[in-house]
Amino acid sequence: MKRNAALLADAQTIEAAAAAHATARYVLRLFITGSTPRSARAISNIVKICEEHLEGRYELEVVDISQHPTLAEGEQIIAAPTLVKKLPLPLRRFIGDMSQTERILLGLDLLDAAGKAASARGG
Amino acid sequence: MKKKLPETLPALSKAPTGIEGLDEITGGGLPAGRPTLVCGTAGCGKTMLAMEFLVRGAAQFDEPGVFMMFEENAAELTANVRSLGFDLEKLAVEKKIVLDYVHIERSEIEETGEYDLEGLFIRLGHAIDSIGAKRVVLDTIEALFAGLPNHAVLRAELRRLFRWLKDRGMTAIITGEKGDGNAITRYGLEEYVADCVIILDQRIQEQISTRRLRVLKYRGTAHGTNEYPFLIGAHGFSVLPITSLQLDHRVSTQRILTGIARLDDMLGGQGVYRGSSVLVSGSAGTGKSSIAAKLLETACRRGERALFFAYEESTEQIVRNMRSVDIDLAPWVKKGLLEIHSSRPTLQGLEQHLVVMHDLVRAFRPSVVAVDPISNLTMAYVDAEVKPTLMRLIDFLKKEQVTAIFTSLTSGGEATTSAFEESQVGVSSLMDTWLLLSNVEFTGERNRTIFVRKSRGMAHSNQVREFVLSDKGIDLVDVYLGDDRVLTGSARVAQEAQERAAATLRGEDHQRKLRQLASRRKAIEAQIAALQAEAEAEADEVHFAIAQETLQKKATHQNTDAMAQQRGGATGANGHTIEKR
Repeated sequence: MKRNAALLADAQTIEAAAAAHATARYVLRLFITGSTPRSARAISNIVKICEEHLEGRYELEVVDISQHPTLAEGEQIIAAPTLVKKLPLPLRRFIGDMSQTERILLGLDLLDAAGKAASARGG
Repeated sequence: MKKKLPETLPALSKAPTGIEGLDEITGGGLPAGRPTLVCGTAGCGKTMLAMEFLVRGAAQFDEPGVFMMFEENAAELTANVRSLGFDLEKLAVEKKIVLDYVHIERSEIEETGEYDLEGLFIRLGHAIDSIGAKRVVLDTIEALFAGLPNHAVLRAELRRLFRWLKDRGMTAIITGEKGDGNAITRYGLEEYVADCVIILDQRIQEQISTRRLRVLKYRGTAHGTNEYPFLIGAHGFSVLPITSLQLDHRVSTQRILTGIARLDDMLGGQGVYRGSSVLVSGSAGTGKSSIAAKLLETACRRGERALFFAYEESTEQIVRNMRSVDIDLAPWVKKGLLEIHSSRPTLQGLEQHLVVMHDLVRAFRPSVVAVDPISNLTMAYVDAEVKPTLMRLIDFLKKEQVTAIFTSLTSGGEATTSAFEESQVGVSSLMDTWLLLSNVEFTGERNRTIFVRKSRGMAHSNQVREFVLSDKGIDLVDVYLGDDRVLTGSARVAQEAQERAAATLRGEDHQRKLRQLASRRKAIEAQIAALQAEAEAEADEVHFAIAQETLQKKATHQNTDAMAQQRGGATGANGHTIEKR
């Protein structure tokens, strides 16, 4: 499996938002289709989000489905780019170039009532 | 259609579906290398049509296919189509079919910016490449509309998808759910798939459902525009076009006897043509079923196979009842020459019945088929629908060279009134031979009469015959004709007796006259004899008188001589005595 980027970091103190998932380990997989500008944008966007909010406790795998079409089938990918949150459960999919940070953070359960203030920043 | 075009013009190339009837309507199949939209309401058979297109393509036409499904998963679909005899697992192992289940869970999906459906393209492209597919089915791509919130992106991508399929030369079926009102599909897929649109429909009438298919549009080719009923039977999808739109079945010049001698006489002495269709119509109790049964029995006697579709009586009942008119069906059933298929007409729709018939005829290969009665079979339908369906049945049977006899119950109808006959015109025009049975009520009894209303291609009697059903079988008797009326039954018998009596009387009269004549002749002869006797007597007297006179003359001469002698010679005393006397 080809990894365009695999970034692992030790858990450190992050902001108190998403208390429930404060210590949870995130396993994310980003499916892109070749080296298009949209793919590149998606990668940089998600890496940025992970670094900011999940530093040290996330695993991000980037898969080019044009190279691995069988994976697209196995993971039920139809749109590209698609980010799949495998852990913690429940499974979630984010489609798009990952430019809407707030939505991603909400979907990753990294924003709660307390984090709403942060949403203004992130939007 | 193709044949009609000049050779120089390249006809639109078509991908045969292998689906019975559909290729005939579309003139060869779906447009090759182009997408076709199949739409219809839920449960009308879109998936089945698409699946069969793919399976037949893979199995019969060496065109592997990809089935991308959005609603059912592969295991469900495999199980569903197995009942139709399609083994998807085997085809998948043979690399002839790829099943790809696209699952979209709306609640899992979050949109986070720009995206496209390249994932779908890659999956499809990969599936196509893996088996060298020529056919693609997307069932039902509309599920994407529910799964993806951004319809603008989706529409753009669908347009690209169909273009992409075309570019790759894929013959594709895209299924779509029928929209509300006049919309062909709920999400307007017809906008993107413009080459061929097929609409499926399921209608319930009088609690019986019928599925119909219509080719709404087929760019660049002529196609049947009617609605055609179709069925999903034990052997898959089958569309029933009206006799494949052509009348070109082979015809036989061979005749087969009906087994009723006098009826055969009425039909030019040789019965009906093999492969023709015979309609026997009449009101209740006119003996329609008996004629049908007789025809079948006769076929069995010839060693041919016969099939009886009974929609009124059960098998046992038919066997028992027919025995009462000396038609014993049981031995033929036992021998396997006769098959009786009894079912309730309301069991299923007309089309479904038709499929059952097709299947049975194909399986049993009979030479004679009876349908008793067609009128029951069609009771839930308006006339306009029955006719095409029957036409299809008749055509099918003709194509198979099966002689068919249909009975039809006509309501009411005391005698051969015109209204009674007209009610049959709907189907009668399809029939080659039409026997009309009727009841004649006269002097307190009902009698059956039969006549040949028409019989194509043969001389046939124009006479009305009395139709007699008895424990000695079926017989036709001449009716009494005379005094401007037709008499049947006991009236005929009475009339005949009367005639006989009159004839006897007349005969006796003649005898008497002859006798009188004889006696008069005798009397006259007697008179003649008497007169003759009288004449003779008179003649005798005349002769006597003449003789006397001659005698006297003689005597006078003698006297004179004697006297002369005496006067001249010796005289004798005696001589005087004699003279004086």
